[in-house]
Formats: sequence, structure tokens, C-alpha cells
Amino acid sequence: MRKHFSTYIEQVATANEDIIFITGDLGYNALENLAAKMGDRFINAGVAEQNMIGMAAGMAYKGYRVICYSIAPFVVYRCLEQVRNDVCFHNLPVYIVGNGGGYGYGIMGSSHHCIEDIACLSGLPNMRCYVPAFVEDMNACMDEMFARRGPAYLRLGLGKPLPAGMTLTDYGAAPAKLQGAGLTIIAQSPVAGNVAAALAASGAAANVDLFIVNRMPLTELPADMRDSITYSRNVLTIEEHIATGGLGQAVSAALHRAALPVNRLTSLCAEGYPCGLYGSQAYHQQQSGLGEDNILRIINSYFGA
Amino acid sequence: MTEKEHINLQGRLRLKILGLHHGAGSGHIGCSLSCIDIMISVLKYKGAEDSFILSKGHAATALYTILNETGGIPDDAMDSFYKNDTTLPAHPAPGKYDAIPFATGSLGHGLPIATGIAKANKLKKSKGTSYVLMSDGETNEGTTWEAAHFAVANRLDNLLVLVDKNGLQGFGSTKDILGDTASGKIWETMGFDVREADGHDIGALLAAKNELLALKNGRPKLVIANTVKGKGVPYMENKMEWHYLPMNEQLYTEAIERIKLDYRL
Repeated sequence: MRKHFSTYIEQVATANEDIIFITGDLGYNALENLAAKMGDRFINAGVAEQNMIGMAAGMAYKGYRVICYSIAPFVVYRCLEQVRNDVCFHNLPVYIVGNGGGYGYGIMGSSHHCIEDIACLSGLPNMRCYVPAFVEDMNACMDEMFARRGPAYLRLGLGKPLPAGMTLTDYGAAPAKLQGAGLTIIAQSPVAGNVAAALAASGAAANVDLFIVNRMPLTELPADMRDSITYSRNVLTIEEHIATGGLGQAVSAALHRAALPVNRLTSLCAEGYPCGLYGSQAYHQQQSGLGEDNILRIINSYFGA
Repeated sequence: MTEKEHINLQGRLRLKILGLHHGAGSGHIGCSLSCIDIMISVLKYKGAEDSFILSKGHAATALYTILNETGGIPDDAMDSFYKNDTTLPAHPAPGKYDAIPFATGSLGHGLPIATGIAKANKLKKSKGTSYVLMSDGETNEGTTWEAAHFAVANRLDNLLVLVDKNGLQGFGSTKDILGDTASGKIWETMGFDVREADGHDIGALLAAKNELLALKNGRPKLVIANTVKGKGVPYMENKMEWHYLPMNEQLYTEAIERIKLDYRL
């Protein structure tokens, strides 16, 4: 996604003089094209994330749309107050781009993981979080982000192609046609790819409606998702984020508000470091029950298998 | 403005500040009296392309009174200070007045914002100066040093930092807590052009400011304004507790009588 991101930004920044790109001293082998093409609108703020966000607010006040780029945890946690006070309170077009959301940085360890970002950011005033799962919905997210001209967070990960039979929506992606299914799955990146693979392996694909949510906060259930749940009465949410403040809780609250009865609701999420050991992104997904095998097991359990 | 007019304004705005705090029964008096003269030296002389950020947001009454004087805040809003339904809480609110572009109150935010504005002005080839007023205690914050180094590295000679150096901070003297983090030597070593001035002498502040801005040399600017917390009210002067305390009736009367006398009102 990082390469795709920089290519996209290169095009947008070339066409729009009001776009500034600030990096927190990262981007080796990914952002060189931007540095070359954007000239003095490409800024390295150094290893100083709080100043980066504060400056971005000042520049946005002067009429620029400002992208602030770093590894996800560095640009979310270190400067949360700057994001809230300087950017969000003033509804300024500052776009925080965090690379490697979730367990994306794998063996780099917990300092580099970002599994509480949506909880931290999605409740801030005017903030819209984008969590694209696929290359195709990444474009849709960034188109909206640049057009919206308000605070945004873009969580980047490893992009895979949009699964066959899915179509993009204004909240993410949905089945091109509802199945009249026995299970409604609502997933978020970066585990959406695992879900698609598990579904393909289960043979239950024809009996499951898979939805991808890539915009947060999710305050109400979209109509097609509600229709699917009304029929299936079974919901499974899957995300690479802690339970608190994430997709599962948002869906749960929205179901309650919509008075939509369900027989069974299961939420798979990032569990942190349950055994206190470290490994690749896939390892941490396994530890949290977010690997393809466990997702398949849970899907099958909905069908008595 | 003449020196006499400066002194008259310094006295009148002090009376307004005291009136606001008396009406509200609120604290943060000493820190507003400490920096009101610095604000006069900037905001009475501000150009159309200039910007001003009050980073020490707890001195909001000083900001509100000078902006009321210059037309940025209407009288009826001033009457609502510190009350329910106000646009003027104890720290500046976001999005209420064009003259207050950023809500502040948490320390260490103003300098990065002002640095961003200065950088934007450079990119846009605007002649505006980006002013920011900080407290000396506030320079404890790490963002001070992040922004300062950025400003030097990016040759932002259109950034002018004003430090209200009254030697007191939240719970003691700056020298007893982290030492003099607002020392001119530190800033000079980083690459700033630095001038010191009596922070209650408008003429001296203007001279320092103008001298610095004439130096188009790529170095960001800093004025260390040596001030007295609670300036103008003897029982408040250099007293940390007047960061927090409200005035009773007797103390308020004593304060305004002294201001009227000393500022020849």
C-alpha cells in the first residue's frame, strides 16, 4: 500500500499546489518520488512528531492541505493532544498517515504496533478514520479524504486485491448482491484478506455476506448491512484492533440502537500480547485468533460444523 | 503612538483585565498583567499579513482586552466572560473570533503552530510575520525545542517568539524547577537572533522587535521580555499565588486605585 500511496500522492500533489507533505523522518525506499516531485512542499520535520502536527495545523490555517506521515504508532500516540487541540478542534485539513497499522510491523515489536489507534482517534471532533483493506478502496478513501477538507487518519497496511463479488460502498465494501445468508461478517483491515481467504476455504461463501468497513467511526449500520443481519440474525465482526473503541463495539452498539435482534454476535479482535511473546504480523494474528484457520473455525461453528 | 499614549493604554487595559477578573471572581490575574504590555507591542502594530498566537492561553483576559480594544471582540461578548453561554472562557476557545485563530491552554502548542504559519508564509511568499507569545515556564515543554530547531533549519526569519519572562511558573520559581529554559544563550546557540527588553516598556519592546525583523538573515527571532508577574498591583507583583487567586472587594479597590495613580488615569 505504501508504494501505491506515494504514487497517488504524487499525482494529487502535482495537480494541486495547496498540498504539503511532511514526514517524521521516514519514507526510505517509498517516498523518494515525492521528495523529488514536490520540491519545497515536501518537508522532513525530523524526529519530532508533536511539532510536526502543530506545524501542520499552522500550515492548514494558512490554506494548505497537509499530510503528516510516519509509522502509525508514532503519529498517533505521541502527538494525540496536538491532533485533538490543534487540528480537530479547528476542523483543519490535516491528514495523518500511519504506516503499518495493527500488528503490521510484526517482529519490530510492541512499540511499532498500533492496535488502539481507532479508539484514540475516531472519537475526536471532526475526525474521520480511513482503514482501507484493498488497493481499490484505498483510492476511494483517499479521494474522500482530500475532498472532505477536515481532519483525517489513514491507516496503511498491506493491500490485497478486492475479493471477487464485492463492490465498493461509501463505508467500505459490500457483496455485489446479498445472499440471503445465514451469517453476516463485518471485517476491517488488515484482516479482511484473511477473512476472504477463510471464506473461500470454507465452502460457506454462498451462505455468508461479507462486509468491509473502512471508515470510522461507524455510528449506524448501513442499510444493506442491516438487511443482511435482519435475514441472517448471525453476526461476526473481525478487526486487528483492540475491542475497546473498535469495530466490534461500534457494530454492537449500532445493533442495539437499531433494535435489531441477533441470535449470535461474535467479535474477534486484537488481544494484545496474550502469551507475552513476539513474532511476525501473521504470528500476532494467530495469537489473537485472527488467523485464517481460526476465522474458518468460527465461520464453520455458525453452521454447526 | 506616543509614550504617554502607551502608558495610558497600558493602564486602561489593566483596569479592564482587573474588571473582568473581579466580575468573574476568577484567577489568572498575575499572568495577564505580566504579558499585557507585550501584547500591546504586537497587536496595536500588527500588519494585515501578520498572525499572533497566544501560546500561554491562561493569559486569556489580556488577549481579550487588547482584542476588544482593537476591534476583534465586541463589548457584549466581554460582558459574558467566564459565564455560561460565553465565547470567552478562561482559556481561548476554537473557532469563535478571527483574531483568535487557535484555541490554546495546554502549554507548548503555540510555537509549533506559529512555526507552521511561518513556514507557510515562506512558501506563499507572504511578508507576514508569525508572532507567538510564550511564558518562560512553558519553555519546559519539549515541543519548544522541536519547533525551535525546525525554525532554525528552515531559516524562518519571519518567526518572532516573545517570551514573557517573569521567573515564576506553576508551582515555584523557574530557576528552582528546571533552571532557565528560556535563557537567551540557549536560543542564540540554537541559531536564533535574540534581544532582551523590559517587558513593560512598549518603546523598548517595539525597538527590540523592529531591530530583529530588520535582520533578513534566515535566523528566527526571539525577544526575551523581562517582566513582573502581577505588574502594576504591588500586592500581586512577583507572587506565584496570584496565578491562581481571585480578588475580594477590598483588594480589587486597592488594585484599581493604584493602577489609576501609577498610570495617570
